[in-house]
Amino acid sequence: MRAALFITCVNDALHPRTGRATVSLLRRLGVEVDFPAAQTCCGQPQYNTGYRRESEPLLRRTAAAFEGYDYVVTPSGSCAAMVRDNYPRIGEKAEAEGRGGALAEAARSLAPRTFELTEFLVDVLGVTDVGAYFPHTVTYHPSCHGLRMLGLGERPRRLLEAVRGLELRELPGAEECCGFGGTFAVKNPAVSAAMGADKIANARSTGADFLCGADNSCLMHLGATLSRQGGPLRTVHIAEILASTEDEPWSHA
Amino acid sequence: MSGTYLGMPAFPEAAKKSVDDRTLRANLRHATHTIRDRRAEAVAELADWAQLREAGARIKEHTLRRLDHYLVQLEQAVTDAGGTVHWAADADEANRIVTGLVKATGETEVVKVKSMATQEIGLNEALEAEGIAAYETDLAELIVQLGQDRPSHILVPAIHRNRSEIRDIFAGQMGRWGRPAPEGLTDEPADLAEAARLHLREKFLRAKVGISGANFMVAETGTLVVVESEGNGRMCLTLPETLVSVVGIEKVVPTWQDLEVFLQTLPRSSTAERMNPYTSTWTGTTDADGPKTFHLVLLDNGRTDTLADTVGRQALRCIRCSACLNVCPVYERAGGHAYGSVYPGPIGAILNPQLHGTGSEVDASLPYASSLCGACYDVCPVAIDIPEVLVHLRERVAETGKGHRAERAAINAAGWVLDHPAALTAALRAASLTRKLHPKRLPGPGRAWTDSRDLPEVPAESFRDWWKKNNPGGTAAPAAPAAPAAPTAPAAPPSANPGSPEEGPR
Amino acid sequence: MSPATPAGATGPAAPGTGAPGRSTGAAASSASASGTAARDRILARVRAALSDVPAEERENPAPIDRDYLRAHVPDDPEAVAGLLAENLADYRARVHRTTAAGLPALIARLLADRGARTVVVPPGLPDGWLAAADVTQLRDDGTLTPARLDAVDSVVTGCALAVAETGTIVLDAGPGQGRRLLTLVPDHHVCVVRVPGQVVASVPQALPRLDPRRPLTWISGPSATSDIELNRVEGVHGPRTLDAVLVTD
Repeated sequence: MRAALFITCVNDALHPRTGRATVSLLRRLGVEVDFPAAQTCCGQPQYNTGYRRESEPLLRRTAAAFEGYDYVVTPSGSCAAMVRDNYPRIGEKAEAEGRGGALAEAARSLAPRTFELTEFLVDVLGVTDVGAYFPHTVTYHPSCHGLRMLGLGERPRRLLEAVRGLELRELPGAEECCGFGGTFAVKNPAVSAAMGADKIANARSTGADFLCGADNSCLMHLGATLSRQGGPLRTVHIAEILASTEDEPWSHA
Repeated sequence: MSGTYLGMPAFPEAAKKSVDDRTLRANLRHATHTIRDRRAEAVAELADWAQLREAGARIKEHTLRRLDHYLVQLEQAVTDAGGTVHWAADADEANRIVTGLVKATGETEVVKVKSMATQEIGLNEALEAEGIAAYETDLAELIVQLGQDRPSHILVPAIHRNRSEIRDIFAGQMGRWGRPAPEGLTDEPADLAEAARLHLREKFLRAKVGISGANFMVAETGTLVVVESEGNGRMCLTLPETLVSVVGIEKVVPTWQDLEVFLQTLPRSSTAERMNPYTSTWTGTTDADGPKTFHLVLLDNGRTDTLADTVGRQALRCIRCSACLNVCPVYERAGGHAYGSVYPGPIGAILNPQLHGTGSEVDASLPYASSLCGACYDVCPVAIDIPEVLVHLRERVAETGKGHRAERAAINAAGWVLDHPAALTAALRAASLTRKLHPKRLPGPGRAWTDSRDLPEVPAESFRDWWKKNNPGGTAAPAAPAAPAAPTAPAAPPSANPGSPEEGPR
Repeated sequence: MSPATPAGATGPAAPGTGAPGRSTGAAASSASASGTAARDRILARVRAALSDVPAEERENPAPIDRDYLRAHVPDDPEAVAGLLAENLADYRARVHRTTAAGLPALIARLLADRGARTVVVPPGLPDGWLAAADVTQLRDDGTLTPARLDAVDSVVTGCALAVAETGTIVLDAGPGQGRRLLTLVPDHHVCVVRVPGQVVASVPQALPRLDPRRPLTWISGPSATSDIELNRVEGVHGPRTLDAVLVTD
């Protein structure tokens, strides 16, 4: 099976470890991974800030970059939700504005082929035990877009529960937003920071070593707050846990 | 605190004050979490909740798309049943009508059932200007009125007050308006409710004019519905000789049968009850029972503007249950006053900018008062996609709002880089090369991020550089390479780092 | 909102000028003249706002799809009556079950336990219901004022129907129920429900049996409020004690 990696701009620039982990995990499971270099950003920051027209060239670019692939896999619930929920909306609006149906067609084509990583593992590959080893305590934060827009449900938990050595601890208030929200974090810094602080207090209350998530944008917000506060708790993307094995254990390097 | 919302600061500044107020934070957290959990239990009791939610959305959408038809039908039915229907295009017109109707009775005081529409138009102030005292009779409205405060929640306008604050307001203020609070009033909720009962009883018993809103109006029968808990609604709807109901035009539903959906979804969504203690329905006037004169004032006040927006229109489905407020993490921390309107929370964030336009600072800031987490959409009993409307309204603000020029320039610059992978690769390499020089805290607008958070570290190598190094020739795409897309900005300098948090990468 | 100044009281200062919708002081013009103009203007604005809706849809809208349940419990009269009792009690109504023969004695006991001396009797209340009660009966002839009713201890009525799933009793001001204020002002309400004849399972089953032209009062437990810290507290303005008597037909 062949799949295209949709790395996302945040992971490309700031979290290449997550990208490398995704590649190594998928290859270990027998997937041939391509990285179409024409991809850049899905356009979510523009779209969610009110610049729909400015996101259109990125929709066009993203759709073209992944043309011909049956499976487009991304380690980001938020970007997967952008493609699946908002791309069709952007296309329909362009059509309604009398600018032709090409964008809508591109959106319709890409949306059903796009999978968030845990979805791809559980639904397409049909695995929950990916042969990972991670001897640490972990608590999981289900980011909003994965939770509510994609409906990832129990998939991440099932994957984590099958990891050898991993002890999963329940995160109180798990379904509450961490307060990142893209531009929200800078347009409403006080509320955003208060939400982040509450999320971290909940994560610390579990006594876990790692706060795990499937969206590095949320983890970046939480990690940056943790780094300011100090302490042992650290953030990690679920792909890095699932890529970790006895032979090649996770390390912060 | 005064009763007016004019001159409200933008949401972020008002919200910051609330975030720093520990008592307020604790009050809101306690109340919203209590009701949040109970609502979930009440909803889980109904196996067909999803179908009821969809039916509610469909009924409302169907009604809105034929609103003129149903309003005319309603007017006819109310008139046939002995009521008088008035139409008010805006707040001033509605206030003039109601004030005139009250003055025509010769009375100088009225009792009021909690009504969002009359709060929205500032009816109490308009009546006061004409020498008419308007007494709020809902317990929370009474707390707000006695405390010279502003409502901060749709269902529980005094949600920002805890029991000991309420005790102090009752003990200090009731005597100025009528029967004083009992000696030695405690902060037990039952004692506070008893004090309200005694204080308001004399007003109910002598009231000649009642003023209400309505939760629903049935077009085919001309029936109005008020859903309440305390019995103050029954008092106001039953005891006075004259009843005036001010109702937004979007409150109409086509048929009597349609109530079977909303009378199931509204109580469970708002107070987490299978059914609220009292629901009153009336059709015009009834001989020898209740008011002899009934006036219905149908209010537009920005609703037709909202209706004209094909995306934003869905906000008019709202049945004012407050579930979206109770589940909203932003509302929980910012409080209701920060929204600068009687409609706070997620629904207020999409309703106010549509009802008033985005001319004021606070209304223009409301579409951004959300992390787009989607919890509001999940709980909405009429399936209003609040995040969708928020993003839609952001577009409107970005197009017309002041102060969005710099943002647009940054978006365009980033857009150019992102549409040119070679430029992106160069930008990422530049960021990596200078990473040791990046500060932990930023000056200027970037401070919004670094006040509470460090800047993320920039890695030594981007993913695409790593891939290129480790997968020589491995980037082949099965299809033709990306079609070139026209840049959205003329040769913008690729100075913006697309990964910097100022642009909110997701 | 700032309180309006009560007549004769020195109230807090009025809010600053420019409150939303503040009246300019002009008296309301007659409903007809400006009213017709406002009506036409609003309806025209509604029609203009709906220009995107196809004419065909506006003329012949599709019927509403209603795929929700008509009831959430099986159609078993005894179980439905049990559910009604359970849900009434859950919201702090006091629930009693009896037979037609036992009804007068039960009502007498409920009034005696309460210490009730005067009881309002709506027109059409079955004669026998109060036969055993040692109370002064105040028959409503349509002239009882709110102030008079405030001095009465209890009211005894029947009902139009009851909804089991929600624990609701519906009054429609019919015979044996009377004007709405009779069951509102007194602090104690004894309400008799015939079982199973007057009981339906659900809200969708209730509405077709009710006449919207009559003034309806749906009662689910005694008066309550959730306005203090969003916790439910029983007892505000309506009757604070509700005795629901389920009488087997």
